[in-house]
Amino acid sequence: MAGVWVFAETVDGVPKPVVLELLTKARALGDAAAIALGPGASKSAATLGQYGAQKVYIHEDPAFRDVLATPAVDLLARLVEKEQPDLVIFGMTYEGRDVASRLSARLGTALIANATDVTKRDGGWAIVSPMFGGSLLVTTVPKTKGPTLVLIRPKAVAAEPAGSAGAPDVQTLTDPVQTSKPVARVLRRETEKASGPKLEDATIIVSGGRGLGAPENFKMLDELAAELGAAVGASRAVVDAGWKPYSFQIGQTGKTVKPTVYIALGISGAMQHTVGMKGARTIIAINKDPEAPIFKLADLGVVGDVHKIVPQLIQEVRSRKGK
Amino acid sequence: MNVLVCVKQIPDPNAPGKLDPQTKRLVREGVDLVLDPGDEHGVEAGLQLIEKDAGEVTVISMGPPKAVDAIRRALAMGANRGILITDPALENSDAISTARAIAAAIKGQSYDLIICGTESTDGSSGAMPAQLAELLGLPLLSFAKKLEVSQGKAVIDRQTDDGYDVVEAPLPAVVTVTGGINEARYPALRGIMQAKNKEVRQVGLSDVGLDGQAGKAALTQEVVDATPAEARKAGEVVEDKGEGAKRVADFLKALKVI
Ligand SMILES: Cc1cc2nc3c(=O)[nH]c(=O)nc-3n(C[C@H](O)[C@H](O)[C@H](O)COP(=O)(O)OP(=O)(O)OC[C@H]3O[C@@H](n4cnc5c(N)ncnc54)[C@H](O)[C@@H]3O)c2cc1C
Ligand SMILES: Nc1ncnc2c1ncn2[C@@H]1O[C@H](COP(=O)(O)O)[C@@H](O)[C@H]1O
Repeated sequence: MAGVWVFAETVDGVPKPVVLELLTKARALGDAAAIALGPGASKSAATLGQYGAQKVYIHEDPAFRDVLATPAVDLLARLVEKEQPDLVIFGMTYEGRDVASRLSARLGTALIANATDVTKRDGGWAIVSPMFGGSLLVTTVPKTKGPTLVLIRPKAVAAEPAGSAGAPDVQTLTDPVQTSKPVARVLRRETEKASGPKLEDATIIVSGGRGLGAPENFKMLDELAAELGAAVGASRAVVDAGWKPYSFQIGQTGKTVKPTVYIALGISGAMQHTVGMKGARTIIAINKDPEAPIFKLADLGVVGDVHKIVPQLIQEVRSRKGK
Repeated sequence: MNVLVCVKQIPDPNAPGKLDPQTKRLVREGVDLVLDPGDEHGVEAGLQLIEKDAGEVTVISMGPPKAVDAIRRALAMGANRGILITDPALENSDAISTARAIAAAIKGQSYDLIICGTESTDGSSGAMPAQLAELLGLPLLSFAKKLEVSQGKAVIDRQTDDGYDVVEAPLPAVVTVTGGINEARYPALRGIMQAKNKEVRQVGLSDVGLDGQAGKAALTQEVVDATPAEARKAGEVVEDKGEGAKRVADFLKALKVI
């Protein structure tokens, strides 16, 4: 069986959601192994095993948390040389992208980014990536020897625990991590607190665009979101205008979300936005322009003014909840 | 302070993209070509650094001879000079070839900082800058939404999922900038006139000693298929005549989310 590795990003020993998605894919393609690095990584081993990792490589040196990319690349390059996996998959995240790209330059092997699927083909791999805002699906095959490196977009695969997973074989690595060469070091971390569920995890997302007219009008979205237990998202136009921080941005250069319900308010539905949300089970759009492209994918579209409809909607939701 | 800014020429992102059915590559003919808007922020970031602290901005691009127009645009914004790596053998290169070509072309030059966009607007793989950093053995400060350079160090605010990290690296370093880092200036007429006289050096693969190691001869991957994705079907669109909110609430109720 092919050796398929997953770069398992963890935060304080908890795998990021994308890691479980990647493992779900990896175990379907071959013998899955996970590489989890940084303080607390060993705590993630059981979960990684549940999602299909037969083997988990752990290294708990703090450098993996505090220094960008290079310690992970050094370690992966050594491990790859020794164990010769066939495929290494990474989440298309900030860290995943830097590590995979550097590693590809180090090893001289193919790196395929922005992928939504990997399948076996002719003894090798075929990788599918959406282009032009997801209107076209492009299939790429690697031409190099050595492991193929693939960056998979979050939410491309639904995470499912493996049925019959035993405890993984845990290999704890302790070889010294070199940080003497010039590195990028994290001095401090700042979080921009948002109330309610995280965008990536939310069942319902209420998302606002330039049609809201002014930053203060997001207050009514917050109110609606609170009533629905929803997270608040935004289009890039809103983020570029400084109305909301980047962490709210949904789309090609923002987050990919797959909620049960996505409510787009004053969003035109540009391709670069819809690529990040068209995986929603149900889409509702309110826009005053009947020609807005968002109506082409909405299950329910209302042509009207958000300033009028949203406050009414908050009342309607309240009254239905009261019943 | 010498800053190198990597810029890419791309088909106008406001025009819908097309793939050549034969080569499965982006069609560049008959489409307006522009300096990648993402890279304008890189040029701007470089210019702001040398305005604070003396120095020069060199822009570098790999592409067809026409890519000189993208370089000229950066020169019109105020960059000092340009390098264009162009060679028929580099047509349809992978990101890694771009990184190799740029690394080879700047060998022996002195620079404190290399600035790139986080990802190109057309390809959007975002791989090239990290590959370049790796080939040059330099630290990479990626996803910068703020950049400060002082005392031989660069410090950035690095975008994260729920905020940002403050990250530091010694110079020289590679930095990738996000669109939020600055407002890119518009070239003034005077800048456009001056750009015509600025030096743009053209180099080929053999000039930089990369024959056979980049471009067609070193492809790591091949596009074998391109098919239209299944589109989502439109549902019902109603006009709000006072009942819009009610309709939405009924819909939500039917979905059992309220
Ligand atoms: C490389 C690249 C990457 C990009 N990445 C992203 C991305 O990740 N995410 C993203 O969102 N965008 C992205 N964009 C930008 C994208 O192309 C659009 O410009 C953006 O999504 C538009 O945001 P918007 O819908 O809020 O604004 P607009 O397009 O300005 O639309 C506003 C809408 O509000 C409606 N409206 C106005 N007033 C009202 C009212 N009172 N009531 C109801 N409706 C009203 C209007 O009819 C209009 O449809 C990217 C672009 C590029 C080139
Ligand atoms: N052909 C090129 N010439 C110069 N710089 C490039 C080229 N391709 C990519 N870059 C740089 O790398 C960044 C990321 O591009 P990419 O890796 O193609 O998504 C761009 O914003 C540019 O700064």
